[in-house]
Amino acid sequence: MGDSQYSFSLTTFSPSGKLVQIEHALMAVGSGQTSLGIKATNGVVVATEKKLPSILVDETSVQKIQLVTPNIGVVYSGMGPDSRVLVRKSRKQAQQYFRLYKETIPVTQLVRETAAVMQEFTQSGGVRPFGVSLLIAGYDDNGPQLYQVDPSGSYFSWKASAMGKNVSNAKTFLEKRYTEDMELEDAIHTAILTLKEGFEGQISGKNIEIGIIGTDRQFRVLSSSEIDDYLAEVE
Amino acid sequence: MVGKNCFAIASDRRLGVQLQTVATDFQRVFKIHDRLYIGLSGLATDAQTMYQKLVFRHKLYQLREERDMKPQTFASLVSALLYEKRFGPFFCQPVIAGLGDNDEPFICTMDCLGAKELAKDFVVSGTASESLYGACESMYKPDMEPEELFETISQALLSSVDRDCLSGWGGYVLLVTPTEVQEKMLKGRMD
Repeated sequence: MGDSQYSFSLTTFSPSGKLVQIEHALMAVGSGQTSLGIKATNGVVVATEKKLPSILVDETSVQKIQLVTPNIGVVYSGMGPDSRVLVRKSRKQAQQYFRLYKETIPVTQLVRETAAVMQEFTQSGGVRPFGVSLLIAGYDDNGPQLYQVDPSGSYFSWKASAMGKNVSNAKTFLEKRYTEDMELEDAIHTAILTLKEGFEGQISGKNIEIGIIGTDRQFRVLSSSEIDDYLAEVE
Repeated sequence: MVGKNCFAIASDRRLGVQLQTVATDFQRVFKIHDRLYIGLSGLATDAQTMYQKLVFRHKLYQLREERDMKPQTFASLVSALLYEKRFGPFFCQPVIAGLGDNDEPFICTMDCLGAKELAKDFVVSGTASESLYGACESMYKPDMEPEELFETISQALLSSVDRDCLSGWGGYVLLVTPTEVQEKMLKGRMD
């Protein structure tokens, strides 16, 4: 198609109307570790694999799920360092919003601004797109919300979504298992089962990470012993 | 001034340059949205510019967030905008009044640098502010119904501006309840 001739420069469209660099960024996301999110009636759960390169790595120092505000958390699939940059920028934007309006930022506004940052990096000179897709989970006055933001800067609200290596199997599993009236506890179990589907090796509290937010509007990452308890319930 | 699930905001109508009266129908109270009003006293040009900037910010907010601003949020915004000009300020003192969640009235005032002053009963600003403080303090009662609130705020305004040579030429009162908005002109001493 001649697309490959246009893959050198981010800011040049290919004849088929694609920005090839963004397609490549999505490939980077697709080869990242699986992560998923499920929106329940009374909260949101996000979960991700936490496969470390070696058993010598101190797993307590690695945290993939991060807080942006006390009521909004984010998980990624793809390049970890890119997600750190985005989390940092999002945190700053949330605080700027608060400084201006003395009101916590609504989830949709934060997602919109994060997506705008990601889009900037697809239309500037000398930069590359972010190699991460983010799942942003939050609870505000409009209830529980789950958004996915892609390297192109497009964002979607999901009832349940997955990204990364095992995405098609995970999404099929979620489509079958998701119900509109699911509550947070059911959602956590479903999230664990979905991760288990494509998991290579023995799943435990040390190699997955789960973050939840409920009606208390406090996002928190579960400890590995809490995850082990849920795993025992699911067995 | 705050009443029972309602509020009233009032101003005089004189625009002057020291001793010369230039207009007797000057509008100082502006609408931001149906349940939020701002009165701006001080330098007329700064009051008008401030109002235009605030309407601009509020319209963008409405488009982005698909909702009206809450009065507390708006007050924080006004304060932030005024402080941005800390070393070359706008010479205006806003009085903000609105109905928040659950029809709870909210009022506040701030100085020209954005120092917020929240109150539960009444807030005042302008050249006659000292007289206004006295008049409101003596005439105010908590939980007034709309009609009584209108009487009280009108009397407080007229008696205070009569004592100030730079204020007067009638009054303008806006009474806001959850269901309706009433605008009334007052005829006072025209001098």
